[in-house]
Amino acid sequence: MAILTVEGLHVHYGPVEAVRGVSLSIEDGEIVALLGANGAGKSSTLNAIVGLVPTHQGQIGFKGDSLVGLATEQLVRLGITLTPEGRRVFGSLTVEENLLLGSMPLRKSADRRKQNLERMFDLFPILVERRQQIAGTLSGGQQQMLAIARSLMSSPKLLLLDEPSLGLAPQIVDTIFDQIVALRDSGITILLVEQNVAMSLEVADRGYVMAAGSIVTSGTAKDLGSSHLIEQAYLGHQ
Amino acid sequence: MDVFIQQSINAVSLGGTYALLALGLAIIFSIMGMINFAHGELMTITGYALMYCGLVGLPFVIAAPFAILIAVVAALLMERIAFRPVRNSSGATLLVTSFAVAVILQTLFQNLVSPRSQAVILPDMLAQSVHFGSLSIGINQILSITITLVILVLLNWFLRHTILGMAMRAAAEDFSITRLMGVRANAVIAGAFAISGALAGVAGVLWVAQRASVDPLMGFIPVLKAFIAAILGGLGSLTGAVAGGFALGFIEIYLAAYLPDHIQPYREALALGIVIFLLLLRPNGLVPAFNVGREKV
Repeated sequence: MAILTVEGLHVHYGPVEAVRGVSLSIEDGEIVALLGANGAGKSSTLNAIVGLVPTHQGQIGFKGDSLVGLATEQLVRLGITLTPEGRRVFGSLTVEENLLLGSMPLRKSADRRKQNLERMFDLFPILVERRQQIAGTLSGGQQQMLAIARSLMSSPKLLLLDEPSLGLAPQIVDTIFDQIVALRDSGITILLVEQNVAMSLEVADRGYVMAAGSIVTSGTAKDLGSSHLIEQAYLGHQ
Repeated sequence: MDVFIQQSINAVSLGGTYALLALGLAIIFSIMGMINFAHGELMTITGYALMYCGLVGLPFVIAAPFAILIAVVAALLMERIAFRPVRNSSGATLLVTSFAVAVILQTLFQNLVSPRSQAVILPDMLAQSVHFGSLSIGINQILSITITLVILVLLNWFLRHTILGMAMRAAAEDFSITRLMGVRANAVIAGAFAISGALAGVAGVLWVAQRASVDPLMGFIPVLKAFIAAILGGLGSLTGAVAGGFALGFIEIYLAAYLPDHIQPYREALALGIVIFLLLLRPNGLVPAFNVGREKV
């Protein structure tokens, strides 16, 4: 069963149409990559799903329920969360405070919060030693791990990852991608927006390719990897 | 030397009140990107609440917390009625809205209470002072300094050790992402207004305790000063607001105490000149906000 369905999504910024009629669906337990050049509308699509930008037109469904019109703060309670582009950790707060904020929906259950905190420290050991450190002083890779861990603190069912490898050193990128696969194996469905096409297709089950606000092609990761459709989408001819 | 110590105590007392007011402005600004010019009217409301409490004979120890509570309620109503409908508008809209709220409230005070200054009945004790050698310190100054310090410690504790405090610090840095964490925007903003109202209320009680009167425009000057203090400290930075408040208090009191008589008329201009000079040295303020220039809400 599809956990997320997007139908005919339009996102406008004033007169600019950033997303024009995007439709996609994600099955439970998949990693789906959303690829495309800069400005293709990938981030806008993710931001519209979590309500950070308004949906001009279209339907977004999560496990059969419509998300359109819900406030951003309600979505995390349903089990959807986004790790935003550029990490956007709370730089003036400590690592632990960042993580605790990520578990806001579990505010009433101290046990589960603590469990999740322990799990994050197992998953990202570097965060244990940095626990009391101000997040703004972490390296880029550590901040990315913190940003992902912060998203996971709410025990999401669907994780939207926006450019997790951006600006990171290659070996850190490998670690992050290994973790993405581990997350999927632990039962979290993932929609991944990435510049790094090769690595995305390596971990993803399926992919969609966007250009100029629309989806131009889609398929299994294997098919997309072996065809020229992606290069065409990036270069702009179809 | 005694004069110097005496004036320094005056400066801490005045600076503390500025600091409380500047903090109230800074909390709202850090989260909403709005300067609430109606903040002073929260002080005035507190003053009128004290006045009416005095008239019905409530003792000051009950009247003061009650008046502060009234300021909190007024701040929450202000947010709900005036600011929530324009929350996502431009900074200019928010600023003009807050001016409008201030003017409406001033007009209401003038028409419903009196355009003239009203006496506030205070306990005699507040007017007394204690003597240490040749120093004489007013009870209200001691109270003002103590209360300011207690409030600063409490607020710091709240921001560091409660979930709502943490959420408010996060929201000051990145509001959208804070909402993404499941923090309700309305809760954070209402919380910010409640705290800012409480701070204005405390400042209002301290202000009235020094003057024993209240008038419709009472809040304007102190909030203008607090605005200057907040900018001097670094707009949006809470530590900065406190630093700016005390700095402005010291500048004003020392100028009043040590400037020769014939220059006294230029005291305010000189004080602002010093502020501008300090800002030239530190353009983002004494303790800049963490996210200078980032978008709000």
